[in-house]
Formats: sequence, structure tokens, C-alpha cells
Amino acid sequence: MNKIIEASHLSYAYPADEEGMAPHVALRDVSFSVNEGEFVAILGHNGSGKSTLAKLLCLVLEPDGGQLYIGGKNMTDENVSDEDVYAARRQVGMVFQNPDNQLVATIVEEDVAFGCENLGLPSEKIRKRVDSALATVGMTKYARHEAHRLSGGQKQRVAIAGAIAMRRKCIIFDESTAMLDPAGRKEVMETITKLNREEGVTVLHITHYMNEATMADRVIVMSDGCILMDGTPSEVFSRPEELWKANLDVPQTTELLWRMKKAGYDVRLDIFDPRLCAEEIARALDEKKD
Amino acid sequence: MKNSIAFGQYCEGSSFLHKLDPRWKLVLAVLYIVTIFLCKNVFSFVLVGVTAVGLVLLSEIKPVLILRSLKPLIMIICITAVINIFWLKGETLLWQFGPVSIYLEGIFNALLIVVRVVLLVAVTTLVLTYTTTPIALTDGLEQLLAPLARIKLPVHEFSMMMTIALRFIPTLLEETEKIMNAQRARGADFSTGSLAKRAKALVPILIPLFISAFRRAEELAIAMECRCYTGGEGRTRMNVLHSSYRDVVAVLVMVAILAGVLVINRFAPGYSISM
Repeated sequence: MNKIIEASHLSYAYPADEEGMAPHVALRDVSFSVNEGEFVAILGHNGSGKSTLAKLLCLVLEPDGGQLYIGGKNMTDENVSDEDVYAARRQVGMVFQNPDNQLVATIVEEDVAFGCENLGLPSEKIRKRVDSALATVGMTKYARHEAHRLSGGQKQRVAIAGAIAMRRKCIIFDESTAMLDPAGRKEVMETITKLNREEGVTVLHITHYMNEATMADRVIVMSDGCILMDGTPSEVFSRPEELWKANLDVPQTTELLWRMKKAGYDVRLDIFDPRLCAEEIARALDEKKD
Repeated sequence: MKNSIAFGQYCEGSSFLHKLDPRWKLVLAVLYIVTIFLCKNVFSFVLVGVTAVGLVLLSEIKPVLILRSLKPLIMIICITAVINIFWLKGETLLWQFGPVSIYLEGIFNALLIVVRVVLLVAVTTLVLTYTTTPIALTDGLEQLLAPLARIKLPVHEFSMMMTIALRFIPTLLEETEKIMNAQRARGADFSTGSLAKRAKALVPILIPLFISAFRRAEELAIAMECRCYTGGEGRTRMNVLHSSYRDVVAVLVMVAILAGVLVINRFAPGYSISM
């Protein structure tokens, strides 16, 4: 399997605001890699370094130390040219938290086209890509609408369309669901999973919603600028004590099952669907009766 | 608040005016403005007035919307009219009271100036904003000004700034409203007191608005960079501008109207304005 992102011993510190103050260390010794086609969720409380990590991966920030490979190319090499950076940005895109601050054009389809126009593609090709990207996120109906009149979830879907129109292999979602209402969050999560499953786009989803993390193939938990845990959702969420220590919640189902287990019931912890969870509890209760 | 500002509002449609090339539309608008200022008598005003009505019909846009675009200008129009009535001295004295005198010519002149401003605003909003998407407009402007890029003028940057400004007008208006409501909830009063007091009450709105605008600008810059924006060089466009027979016809007609006005000015009798 090809590795689209490979990070080893990355570190980053924000320069101090005033002289004499210590710089704020945001990341220390972060190593991980992401395979093409994977759906990775990155969890962490505020200030755990997850957004800094996203900015490093998009080459908005330069790491202070360590190596970063994008699509097999070393981006931390001394003689990396601007061209290499542009080439990497073509592969890895980002969808930000605030839907308003990432749309450039007033009309939806013109915004989706923005990235392709920057790539210098011929106009017929841009047209085709924009139409298919809008169809993928289910926004074809709104192609000629004004972006600022859309709902938050719709705006985020437009931003996603902009990223896939550029045929990116990997899209990083930097808390893209944080500012949305539950309906908008659901829309965006459905779009993200669809992208990953059907289009084979590698997804890095940064979030603090636990139930969104359970939809991923893999969960990376960050705390204080380090990677605390890295594994499948089942592996990670079956260790709730460690997550609580990092000031993170676990999915409600996990917490319930964990409490049952502590009370002496024989239950599995890695069930995230409320219905299946109820069935598991019923089974455990029956077993206990016998 | 959002609905009171017609500027930058595009009305979807597929009329003759919608289909014109934005570059030629800009030329048309300039030609029309020149024509209005060349008008020297009633007949020429009738001609440009009829042209305006014709444009409204061609645009298939509700006349109500066009009247709405004039709403913010009512005050300016009234003030200019009043000043002109009292200012201009003519031959036919209608009314005099001490140093104040009104002449027939003054009233006439005021009327024509009002017509001039109304036509100017109505036609430019109609041709440029109501029937042209902001992007098409800034694209058109960029291409019309392209020769200036050769003398190192930042034409692309200018048009990108316009695009972003147009995009963020509604967003910032919404934000202003939010901040005003938040300050109102804390007991701020924007509608009573002297002018100075009311101006002062705006400070707690402007400061958060500016701070958030700067934050937005920074985020937008990062987002644009992530979307491979590297300036105007090597950029292509999805919607390539095409001129067609329509544009040629429209411009020829407008030139004919301009010529007509010149002819009327020269030969037709009528009331001529001294400016």
C-alpha cells in the first residue's frame, strides 16, 4: 500500500508573542503514516496540537524538526522548491472549520472552480470537474446559487467539492463539523464517508466528536502535542480510562458498556451503534440471570 | 438591513442583457454615462430615457427592483435638486422673497439633474450588477484593463480584491447585525441621542467587526494558499468570455444613441441648460 503521508519525529513550536517568553510548543516528536485510501480520525482536546498538525501536513507551517513525506517526497528537505510545495498541495487539500472564511467566490460553481483555475486547467475540463464534484457532494441543484445564502452544512459541502474538483488524493478536515448544527454535521459526515468509500479519497478527519471518530478506519488520539494512542476505533475506545485522562470523552455507548463491565457484566466495549449496544446489554443481562 | 442594500446583488436570468459579454457591458455602461452627460436639451433626455426603459425591458427584471436600487440615493437626489432650484439664476423670475429667488430655469435644471442621476444609477446597476455575476464583472474588468498590466499595474490583484470584497459584503453585513444585537442585549443604544452620541455608540460595533474581518482575511489567505492560489500567472478560467453578435449589436445601438444625442444637441430647438 502506498503511503500518502509519512511523518517522523515532527515537532513545532509557535514563536513567543513577546520577547523573553518561552515559545509555545505545539507538537513534539509526532510520528505516524497514512496509507492511501484510509479514513483516519484525529482526536484531541483543545490545544492538543491537532490543528497545528493539519497545518504542517498542508505545508502552511514548516516543522521545526523531523521529516515529512507527502506522496513519497520529502517536504522537509533543505532544497525543496516552491514547485514541490505546489505539487504536494495538489495532492493534499484542506477543509477548514469556518465555512464562510474559505469560499472565495460569490457563486457556488465559481468557487468550486477556483482551485482548478489556479492549476491552469483548460476551461472545458474545469467545467466537467466542477459538475462532477458538485454531483458527488449532492449540490448540483445549487450550482448557480449565492454561497452566502446556503446553510453551514451546504457551505462545507461546497468547500469539499472545491477540494475534490482538484482531484486530490487526500483531504484533511480541520474540525470541519465543529461549527455546524446536528443536521449539517450529519450531511458533511455522510459526504466524507462517501468520498472515502466510493471515490477512494484518503481522509484525515480532525474532530472532537467521538461518534464521528467511530466512523473512521483508524483513530489517532493526541494529547499535549504527542500521539497518545493510534489504532482502530475498537482498540482505542476499549481503553476509556486513558482517554479520560487526556481530557477526552468516549462515545456514550462505550461509557455505558464500560460501567457495566466494571459492575461485573461480561460485555464487549467496542460497540458504537446504540441498537447493537442495547442488544449486547440485553444479552449480558440474560447471561447474568442464568 | 441585508435587503436594503442592492449593490452587488445579482438576479438570475437568461435575458438579452444577461447574455451579453461583461467586457462589452462595461463599455456599454461607460458609453451610456457619457451619453447622459452630453445631453443638453429635453429631446436628448427623452432619447436616453427611452433607452433606459428599453434596457429594463430587455433585462426582464422587475422595475420594482430597479426602483429599490435608487432608494439609498433619495437623500442625495433631493439635496441636489433643492440646491439647484435656489442656485441657478435665469430670466423668468417666478418667486422672490428677500435674497431667495426661484427661476423657471432653476426648476427645470433641477429636474433634469434628478433625471440624470436616476438614469445613471438605474442603468449602471441594471447593466452591471443585476444582470452580471460579480465574478463575470471582475473578470471583464480584468481583461479590459489587461493592457495596463504591461506597465506593471497590479490588474489581477485588483480584480481578485474586488471579487473577495463582493463575496464578503453580505457576510460582514450579517456579522454587523449580530454584533449590534449583542451590544443591544447589553444595553447599547444606537437610535437616540445627538449625532455625536450615536456615532460614539458605533465604536463598540466597529472594533469587533474589524478584528473579526482581519481574522477572516488571514483564514481566507491560508485557504486560498491551500487551494494552490499563486497569483494571476498561469491561472485559467472556467467561464471564458465570448463576444457574440449580440454584443456588437448592443454597442452599435448605443453608439447610434450617442450620435443621436449629439445631433439633437446641435439641431433641435428646445430648452438648453447652462451648466
